[in-house]
Amino acid sequence: MLYFSKWKAFAILAVSAIICLMAVPSLLSQSAYDSLPSFLQRKIVLGLDLQGGSYIVLQVDAQSVRKIRLEQLRDDARRVLRDAKIGYTGLAIQGEAVEVRIREGQDVEAALTQLRTLALPIGGAMATTGQLDTDVSRSGNTIELAPTSAGVQSRTIQAVSQSIEIIRKRIDQLGTTEPSIQRQGADRIQVQVPGLQDPSRLKALLGQTAQLTFRLVDNTMSPQQALQGRAPAGTDVLTSQDNPPVPYLIEQRVLVAGEDLTDAQPGFEPTTREPVVTFRFNTNGARRFAEATQANVGRPFAIILDNHVISAPVIREPILGGSGQISGNFTVQEANDLSILLRAGALPVPLQVVEERTVGPGLGADSIRAGLIASIVGATLVALFMVATYGLFGVIANIAVAINVGMIFGLLAMLGATLSLPGIAGVVLTVGIAVDSNVLIYERIREEARAGRSAISAIDAGFSRALSTILDSNITTFIAAAVLFYVGSGPVRGFAITFGIGIMTTVFTAFTLTRLMVALWVRWQRPQRVPI
Amino acid sequence: MRLLRIVPDDTNFDFIRFRRISFPISALLSIVALVAFFTMGLNFGIDFKGGTLLEVRYANNTLNIADVRSRLESLDLGEVQIQEIGGEGEVLIRVAQQPGGEQAQQQVVSKVRAALGEGVEYRRIEVVGPRVSQELLSYGIVGLMMAVVCILIYLWFRFEWQFALGASIANFHDIVLTIGFMAIFQIDFDLTSVAALLTILGYSLNDTIVIYDRIREMLRRYKKMPTDELLNASINSTLSRSVITHVTVTLALLALVLFGGRAIHSFSVTMMFGVVLVGTYTSIFIASPLLIYLGVSTRAMAEKAEKEAKSANSKAERLAP
Repeated sequence: MLYFSKWKAFAILAVSAIICLMAVPSLLSQSAYDSLPSFLQRKIVLGLDLQGGSYIVLQVDAQSVRKIRLEQLRDDARRVLRDAKIGYTGLAIQGEAVEVRIREGQDVEAALTQLRTLALPIGGAMATTGQLDTDVSRSGNTIELAPTSAGVQSRTIQAVSQSIEIIRKRIDQLGTTEPSIQRQGADRIQVQVPGLQDPSRLKALLGQTAQLTFRLVDNTMSPQQALQGRAPAGTDVLTSQDNPPVPYLIEQRVLVAGEDLTDAQPGFEPTTREPVVTFRFNTNGARRFAEATQANVGRPFAIILDNHVISAPVIREPILGGSGQISGNFTVQEANDLSILLRAGALPVPLQVVEERTVGPGLGADSIRAGLIASIVGATLVALFMVATYGLFGVIANIAVAINVGMIFGLLAMLGATLSLPGIAGVVLTVGIAVDSNVLIYERIREEARAGRSAISAIDAGFSRALSTILDSNITTFIAAAVLFYVGSGPVRGFAITFGIGIMTTVFTAFTLTRLMVALWVRWQRPQRVPI
Repeated sequence: MRLLRIVPDDTNFDFIRFRRISFPISALLSIVALVAFFTMGLNFGIDFKGGTLLEVRYANNTLNIADVRSRLESLDLGEVQIQEIGGEGEVLIRVAQQPGGEQAQQQVVSKVRAALGEGVEYRRIEVVGPRVSQELLSYGIVGLMMAVVCILIYLWFRFEWQFALGASIANFHDIVLTIGFMAIFQIDFDLTSVAALLTILGYSLNDTIVIYDRIREMLRRYKKMPTDELLNASINSTLSRSVITHVTVTLALLALVLFGGRAIHSFSVTMMFGVVLVGTYTSIFIASPLLIYLGVSTRAMAEKAEKEAKSANSKAERLAP
């Protein structure tokens, strides 16, 4: 156990040194770090709990995905049946399906054929599963179109991917460093934005669908009448976001929608100096807007964002240039944020915030300080105790533990792992447990010496007997850490990572470094007596 | 230099006989823990209960806790806990989960912000919706059970089944006592507590295995020794290690409890209790004496070895032409 060939000793030292050195880039200043060759540009990322920032989980609501799909099916069914000149009645959404009654019995087969074209294979035309996203069934003259749950699921997954793109565009506009936007499970998006002072602005940017539409205001009755009685067909009562909200009676028909915008910028109205958002339509949007405004001079139209009326100006003259502005008592930041939302585009479905954790930069800095102090105090206490108990062998143990900690940070950097406050606790705990492997070895050496072995033979036997124990006991702890990594999230996972890596490095140093150092000492001193 | 020696070399305490005292004590403590768990319950944090937590700081002694309380109570948000923490005008505000789904939770923060007005630093904001808190709780429970099962399987492979069973009973005892401790002192039970419980589990096993390893070694070597004597010898010969490691882990945890900051305080305190008070006690006084009841004995080992040798012989005979 105490013999090391030169090569083996060299290999052990080299591996330890290289892993420790991997931690160095994390300590460098940003400019020095950037000047490193790219294969060395790996560093430990501080968790949001240490550097401050926001962690937000958004969820795509499967129910609204289904609702959107149902509305789409209803509109498509109307179009298909009209194009095929098939008479129908009662086309409407009933629960989780669209139902339509075909007037003439002989048309039902033709209608079925036509409506079946609306069911699309899941995963697009190239898909091989052969599953369709809609069930088309008939009972008598009634045809039912029901989105399948697999279809809704695949649309949810699609909606998540599209939303991630749009969210990325929105967050990039905030100019924060290294935001992370990831899919979490089938229907969630995890957003992490470090170093943000005000999470409410971030949430406002994420939580809005930002579906912009331009629609005409219906003047045939007042919104109050519509609310009390029956609103005319094809209209909705929408409100503004003022306090108290002002109701408007708005036609459902959309003149132009946000998809047709090519640009949106915050600006100021030249005469009133009020913040506004100026926008430009693409060709299609410009043409439709021009036609609509030409036909409706003198009538008010409404600019609607996510079912709220932002403003409802009267069309004074046809707007032909394809650009315009939105004014709505904005503050400068509101105008800025609205233009960000309009540039990034609308989310395909509404997203809900289901979890939010924000740590202010002040608390983050405090946590770093606390973690640092706890580490230093903990390590010092343990080191002193080891020296008091084992003397020179205690020093050897301390060197091994120090290298052990260096290797933990090196491995964290190599993995690009995140260091959180619980992660620091994991390191501190590792220090406490890492010395255990040394304790096991040393106690065993003492026992063997007491049993009457010579010093060298006791040391040799101590190592070989203790190592199997070290392995056994650490594997169980490692299992606990692995499970924790698997089920945990955020900071807890940070703890599991450092703790798990710590266990591995502990076993490594016990098997190699401690043994090597003791072997060198034995060769140099030729001890007659075990010094512990 | 004279070295520190906490456990004298010739220590020979009769741990096995001491089980007549330690087992009833453990049974009693477990009952107390269970009663506390069922009557007082755990103080679930927002991770598992859902709701909103805000940590705010008022600069330069501008904190008026009564004013904060009246402002927040006027919001009519149901159960609101306000707790002054630290000495620097810091307040922890907990708002219970609001009825009305995910959207309702989101409005709490803006309402509180509006009520507290300007001049407040928001150091931490956490909002956990009903759906996520449900999931986190089930993940936590599944995680704990998974860890126990995985470790059991490992032990079963590595040791005899009696050892695996003994370790799991000891483990269960640790978890029960720690949960009882958390119920009695109403320590926040959140995600980090699950981490603490799992670590306690791993650590306590670590300790148990060191002793079991020694018992196994002795069983192989001293086939004639009476079982209780053998168990005692195993515990005593590893006692020095148990105590020293115990001290180093205590020192590390002490640093975390005293200086690690509030964010991990409940984690550190729980670990301190679980690892330092329970874990080591369990491995020495419970896990090892338990083996006697589970049928580990030198005679059983000898018989088994004999049987194995015989079957190996007969196999060899059958194979030999």
